[in-house]
Amino acid sequence: MFDKFFDWYHNRHDYARQWLDKNDGEVVGCFCSYVPEELLYANGHLPMRMLGSHEPQDVTEPHIFGMFCPFCRDVLAQGLKGRYDYMKGIVLAQSCLHLRQSFTSWRNHVPVDFAHYIYMPNKVQTEHARPYYAGALEKFKTALEEWSGRDITDESLRDAAELYDENRRLMHQVYDLRKEPNPVVTGLEAIVMVASSFMVDKKDHNAELKRILPQLESRGYERETGARLMIVGSEDDDTEFVKMVESVGATIVTDDHCTGSRYFWNTTEYTGDIMSDIGNRYIDRPACPTKDWEERRRFDHILQLAKDFNVDGVILIQQKFCDPHECDMPPLRTFLEEHGFKSLSLEFDVTVPLGPMRVRVEAFLEMVGEEELF
Amino acid sequence: MTTAYKTEPLKTWQKAKELRLKYYKDYQDAHKTGGIRWTGGAWAFDSIPAGLGRDVYNITGEPYAASVAFDRKLSMECMEAVDAKGWARDLCSYMRNYWGSMYLGKYAFGGEYPDPDFCFQDHICCSHAKWYQHVAEYKKIPYFCIDVSVGPYEDLDENRLMFVVNQMHESIEWLEKTTGRTYSDELLIEAVENEQRSTSTWAEICCLNMARPAPLDEKTMYSLYVHGTLAKHNKEMADFYEELRDDVKDRVDRGIAAIPDERCRLMSDTQPPWGFLKVFRYLEKFGAISVGSLYTFGLIGIWETKPDGTWGPRATSMQRGETITSRDQALRILADWNLSKPEWQHFYDPNLKTRMMLQIIKQWKLDGVMLHLNRGCEGLTCGIMENRLGISETGVPIMTFEGNMGDEREFDEKRVMTRIDSFMETLGLTELTT
Repeated sequence: MFDKFFDWYHNRHDYARQWLDKNDGEVVGCFCSYVPEELLYANGHLPMRMLGSHEPQDVTEPHIFGMFCPFCRDVLAQGLKGRYDYMKGIVLAQSCLHLRQSFTSWRNHVPVDFAHYIYMPNKVQTEHARPYYAGALEKFKTALEEWSGRDITDESLRDAAELYDENRRLMHQVYDLRKEPNPVVTGLEAIVMVASSFMVDKKDHNAELKRILPQLESRGYERETGARLMIVGSEDDDTEFVKMVESVGATIVTDDHCTGSRYFWNTTEYTGDIMSDIGNRYIDRPACPTKDWEERRRFDHILQLAKDFNVDGVILIQQKFCDPHECDMPPLRTFLEEHGFKSLSLEFDVTVPLGPMRVRVEAFLEMVGEEELF
Repeated sequence: MTTAYKTEPLKTWQKAKELRLKYYKDYQDAHKTGGIRWTGGAWAFDSIPAGLGRDVYNITGEPYAASVAFDRKLSMECMEAVDAKGWARDLCSYMRNYWGSMYLGKYAFGGEYPDPDFCFQDHICCSHAKWYQHVAEYKKIPYFCIDVSVGPYEDLDENRLMFVVNQMHESIEWLEKTTGRTYSDELLIEAVENEQRSTSTWAEICCLNMARPAPLDEKTMYSLYVHGTLAKHNKEMADFYEELRDDVKDRVDRGIAAIPDERCRLMSDTQPPWGFLKVFRYLEKFGAISVGSLYTFGLIGIWETKPDGTWGPRATSMQRGETITSRDQALRILADWNLSKPEWQHFYDPNLKTRMMLQIIKQWKLDGVMLHLNRGCEGLTCGIMENRLGISETGVPIMTFEGNMGDEREFDEKRVMTRIDSFMETLGLTELTT
C-alpha cells in the first residue's frame, strides 16, 4: 500500500529528473526541515530536503572536521559524489552548526547557481522573532525572484501554504491511525511516507495520501503490534534500524524527529499577512533542541505524544556529535522516567551495527514488558 | 650561540595576575556586601547587567572553565562528574568543566562553587543557550539569553540589528523584574563606553605584535586577552588594557622580544589545549613563535578594515565623536559593536574566516599556520577544514593537530610534538643549539 512512497524514497533522483523534464522551475536542496519550502514552491521550484545515503564515505574529511555529526557529513558526501548533479539551488534555514557546514562546503565545492542562507532566529521564544523572521523571508523572496526572474505573489504564497497544510493534515490522519490498539501503519511505513514528502511535489504526495487513506482505514493488518514504541531524536531515516525494531516484537507508533512528526505537526494560522503567517508556522512548530530555550517546551510536547499514542517505551536516538540533542538527552530521559516512561538511549552513526543494537532493543523490550510478566 | 634579541618580563604582568584573581574573588565575595552574582558566557553582553549597580559581579563560563582545565586533576574530577550524569563526552569541554565544578561544588579559586543569582547569556553556538539552560535548571535560578545569530556583519541591516537590540531592551525589563532593582542608563552608557575602549585597545595591542621581533608570544597573550573575556565592560579592565598597550609599545620601541631567537613567525587557531601550553614553549626550541591568531585577536578584540585595506582597531563611538545619551542609542552601539566581532563571522561562512586569517598572515608577516582541530569546541572549529583548504591554496605552509582545549583525554602529546617536528622540518627549521 505504501509502495509509491517507497519508490519515491528509494528513487528520489529519478523523480527529480522527471520533474525537471516536465516543469520550468529548478530542484532546490533544503538543508534543514526549517527551510520554508512554501516560498520555493510558490516560485515554481521543487524543494527537496537533503538526506544522506547511509553508506560509509571518504570524501568529506577535507571539508568537515570529524567531530561533527555523521548526518551533516553524509549529506555533503551526496553532493561531492555528484548525486545531485541536476540540482541548481540550495537553501539553508539556520539551525545547527553541523548542517550549515554541509551547506557552505556544498556551495564552495559543488556547482550551484543559487545558494541562500536564511538567518532564521534560534530564539523562537521571544516575540521579536516573528517580525524579524518575516523580514528575513522577504529577503529570501527577493533573492528567489531575482534568480528565477519570476515574481512570487501573495496569491501564489497562499496557494503553496494551503497545499502544504493539506499535506500536513493528511499525514496527521495517517499518524492518527497509529493511535489505534493495533495500528494499521508500521513505523517503517510512516518514516518513508514523511521522508518521501521531502522529495516529491506535494500535489503528487497529497494525491497518493488521498488514495491510500480510505484503504488504510479498512486495512486488515496481520502482525502482532507488540510493544508500542516512540522514537525521539534528530534526523532519522535509518529504515534498516526501524525494520529491525519492528521485527523483534514492537511497533513504532509515533516519533519526535525532524524527519518525522516535527516536520509537519502544525499548520499555518492565516491572519492576513501571508509571509508572516508562513514564517510564524516555522517559529511555532515543535522545536529542534537548538531552538528550544530558555524554556524547555519540547519535553511537554514529547510527553503529550507519548500519552496520545499510548506508548510503552521510548527509544532516544542520538546522532553521534549532535550537540543540541546531546544537551537534551539526559534531562529528557529523567523527564520521561518521572512521567512513567522507560527509555533506551542509542547512539547512531551513518551506519548502525544492527546486531548489537538488536540485543539492546530486545533487552529494552523485556524491560518494557516486565509489568505484564509480573 | 648568542641570542638575537633581548627579552624581559612585561612590566604589567603582576598587575594582570592580580586583576584576574581580584575578579574571581570579587565574584565570590559579592553576597557578603549585598551584591549580585550572575553567570554567562565570555561573549554575553556584560555591559547590560552593569546597569543594575556597581556591586554586580559576573563569572564568565569559558575562562572559568579554562582555569579548571589548567588544573588537570580538578578538570578530570569535573569531567568524571559530568560523565556520571550521562552527558556525552563530545560536548563542549568548557561546558563540561564548568558543569563539573558546579556539580562538585568546588570553586577553582578555592572554596565552594559560588552560586549565581541568575544566568545572562547570548547565543551564537549550539551549546551557548543550552549550557546555561542547564545551569539555570540545576541551580533553580532565572535565565535570559539573547540570540545574536543574525548573520555576518558585512550583511547587517536594520531588521537584523533591531532583532538583537529589541531583545536587549527586553532583557533590561527582565533584569529589573528579576532583581527588583531600578536600572541605571547612566551605568549602562558608562559600561558600553568601557567595553568599546577595552576591546578596541586589545586590538591595538595585537597590532603591536606586527613588530619584528614580536613583543608578545601567544602563550603570554592568553594570560592577557582573558581580561576582556572576564569583564570587558569594566573600567578597571579598560584602564588596564591602556596601560598594557603602553607597556607593549615600549617593548616595541626598545626592541624587546618575546623570545630571544625569533626566526619564524606562526599563528595558531582556536583555543589551545590548556593543559598542554608547553606546545608553545616547544616551538621556541626552533626559534619559532606564535604571534597570535584570529582567536586571540578577535575573540574579544573589535576590528575594522581601514581605508588602506589593512586591519586595525575599530574606532569607538568616543573616537568618532558620538555622545551616547539614551538607552536605545547605547544598545544599538553595543549590538553593532559586538556583531562586528571577528570570531562571530565564521559561524556563518568559513570563507569569511579564511579571508581574515589571510589578512593576518599578510599583515603580521607570518611563515606558517598551526590549526588546532579542537574537539572541545564545535563553535570555533566550525568550518576549520575549509579554512585549511583556503589557506593552503595560497601556498602558506599549514599543519593541523588534534586535541581538546579542556579534556586532556583527547590530547596525544607525543603525537602532537611529532607533528610539530615534521612541520618545523617543512619550514626548514632545526632545533637551535644551546
